[in-house]
Amino acid sequence: MGLSTDGQALDPRTAPEFQTAARSVLNDAQLRKNVRHATTVIQNKRAKVVGELPDWQELREAGGALREHTMKFLDAYLEQFEANCTRAGGVVHWARDAAEAREIVVRLAKESIGDAPSEVIKIKSMTTEEIGLNAALQEAGITPYETDLAELIIQLGKDQPSHIVVPALHKNRAQIREIFQREMHLPHLGETPQDLADAARSFLREKFLRVPTAVSGANFLVAETGGVCIVESEGNGRMCLTLPRTLITIAGIDKVVPRFADLEVLLQVLPRSATGERMNPYNSIWTGVHPGDGPEQFHVVLMDNGRTDVLADEHGRETLHCIRCGACQNACPVYRQTGGHAYGSVYAGPIGAILTPQLQKMEHAESLPYASSLCGACYEVCPVKINIPEVLVHLRSRVVERKTAGLRVLTNAEALAMKTAGSLFRSERRFRAAQRLARMGQGVLARKDGSGEKWISWLPGLLGGWTQVRDLHALPDETFRQWWEEREKSKKHAGGAA
Amino acid sequence: MRVSIFITCYNDTLFPQTGRAMVHVLERLGHHVEFPAGQTCCGQMHYNTGYQTDALTMLPRFVEQFRGAEAVVVPSTSCVTMMRDHYPSMAQRLEASGKYPGIVAEVNALLPVVFEFSEFLTKRLGLTDVGAYFPHRVTYHASCHGLRGLGLGDGPESLLRAVKGIDLVTLPDIERCCGFGGTFAVKNAEVSSAMLAEKVQGVLSTGAEVCAACDNSCLMHIEGALHRQRTGVHTMHLAEILASEPEPNIAAEVRSGDVVAGDSEAVVWV
Repeated sequence: MGLSTDGQALDPRTAPEFQTAARSVLNDAQLRKNVRHATTVIQNKRAKVVGELPDWQELREAGGALREHTMKFLDAYLEQFEANCTRAGGVVHWARDAAEAREIVVRLAKESIGDAPSEVIKIKSMTTEEIGLNAALQEAGITPYETDLAELIIQLGKDQPSHIVVPALHKNRAQIREIFQREMHLPHLGETPQDLADAARSFLREKFLRVPTAVSGANFLVAETGGVCIVESEGNGRMCLTLPRTLITIAGIDKVVPRFADLEVLLQVLPRSATGERMNPYNSIWTGVHPGDGPEQFHVVLMDNGRTDVLADEHGRETLHCIRCGACQNACPVYRQTGGHAYGSVYAGPIGAILTPQLQKMEHAESLPYASSLCGACYEVCPVKINIPEVLVHLRSRVVERKTAGLRVLTNAEALAMKTAGSLFRSERRFRAAQRLARMGQGVLARKDGSGEKWISWLPGLLGGWTQVRDLHALPDETFRQWWEEREKSKKHAGGAA
Repeated sequence: MRVSIFITCYNDTLFPQTGRAMVHVLERLGHHVEFPAGQTCCGQMHYNTGYQTDALTMLPRFVEQFRGAEAVVVPSTSCVTMMRDHYPSMAQRLEASGKYPGIVAEVNALLPVVFEFSEFLTKRLGLTDVGAYFPHRVTYHASCHGLRGLGLGDGPESLLRAVKGIDLVTLPDIERCCGFGGTFAVKNAEVSSAMLAEKVQGVLSTGAEVCAACDNSCLMHIEGALHRQRTGVHTMHLAEILASEPEPNIAAEVRSGDVVAGDSEAVVWV
């Protein structure tokens, strides 16, 4: 089993280390099979539609430059957005952290609901997952209904999202059918995709027509117009944006773009990277309120929740360029093995490994920057060219700084080993001595195999992880430099004798 | 050409046969090979694990050892990636400390002559056929740092295709990481092993006798599983395949290290 997170929120402050969480996920063959299958399908779709564009690399460049520029003048663009959104009839709220954001959204929802039944409909939003909004709404007596098909699966299955675009990626169709049968009370539900979609549609349609308050996230906030943009595949988001009386949008301050025309670049790279589509089936952009058309009240909550701290780190700030396409998750060979839950955060995979610890001011999630082989596949697919491996390595140095501060280095086995190795490499003499010692020291560990070669199949301590599934060729009798020196001597000798 | 070898710390200690093969190929092509004796490590392990201040201290030694080199050739894609990606900013930090005046200029002058071994052959010398003979089925593991870090593209495989007698089979999912990742292999041993299992499946599916690469660190990891499972499939650095010749069979001797000096100044492989 172990297929659901038992409703436990993904909280980086309390999550186990990645290594520990990964160990238990790796035992879940069904989950791994689902993740392998889904990421492979999306990757192939992405490769096909990206391959169609002769100017893909230029688009990535433009996307990266656009995001970099925006972050440089983020304060100005946010104020511009606030002014234009307000002018169009929206109400802008500012939230310093998750608690403030939850408090604002709950208050606005309560005001909107009034005496009506206490419920809201929701568009898929990772930002609301980041702040645990559903739990806060429930605590306040408000029932949130997720309307994105994948989020609905997660909610009904008392699970947690494992991917930023495809939150139920770790579930297969049979598992989804079981959840629907159980939670929607449909014992005779069929098993085709059509059957499942029909069940979700009937379940949701009734809520769209009944519930007058909606909560959404945002893909982009346009400073120039005060408009908000959401792209999606199902049209359920469009229902939430148009039918309710009140719409409450919550967005990280990183979601702003300067001009309407900037969407030209972002709406090309986002769908191709995210779902392997040339264009999203539903692209909604709305600006303020319009009498007789759509919600009568529109609120935007602009949330910091650690983003300003990310911006302050010169080497880490490009993390905020992310447009949440999830391409890095699909491309990552580590995510491919573990899926998203092992990262202990709603932001999983390579982007999560750099975003989560920074949002936590490096006080939590310290194992995440190490949850990568630095293979670079994430950087290669990133539509805004975030150099994720570079940021990972930078964050590793921040982790090391914390754990080796003062005398702490003396109680840390890894730090001690690295300091020792550093001192060996600073001196050729010490390095040679270490090579000699290692050769002598391996004596008890090296054993001859069937062909007479010496191999090591057990190593102690930190290196034990290596020999769990791998052997190690015993150190050869002679290093390269010894061979070279002997050869030079012989050459000299031969030359002298001639 | 005067070619200086940067053997790298792990190849020096664990894979001397790769260095010997590289010397053999370079000399066979008529180059003069040098080995600056004071060299140790590029600093990659420290840098990538987060010990960047320790990595910094290794850069001045590298500069001092290879100052004035005509070409520096390195049998490791990841070490060369480390140098290209990080040495410029490391040099700036060192220069800013005031203790190493001029190191930025020195690094900038040195980096353009640093080549990964296959890259030196294909891009600097413009060669594909280096006169090798290797009558075996081989599959090539591209290594993330070779593929994405250095952008080697088809270079290494073009060298292998030109080897006489070789049966080169493409490795499935050639762009996917094998799971080594330096200290990742021990810090996240289980995930690394899961990634390795897929790579080994790919290698076995080709029916190859040998899995080759331009990086012995990936190969040490892949070889570790191939040996643990007693598959009988071996790993070889590209240089070792390129060093192989029809008569006598060099490959076997390169691996066993039985090299003696003959009575002329040329080294004879017996």
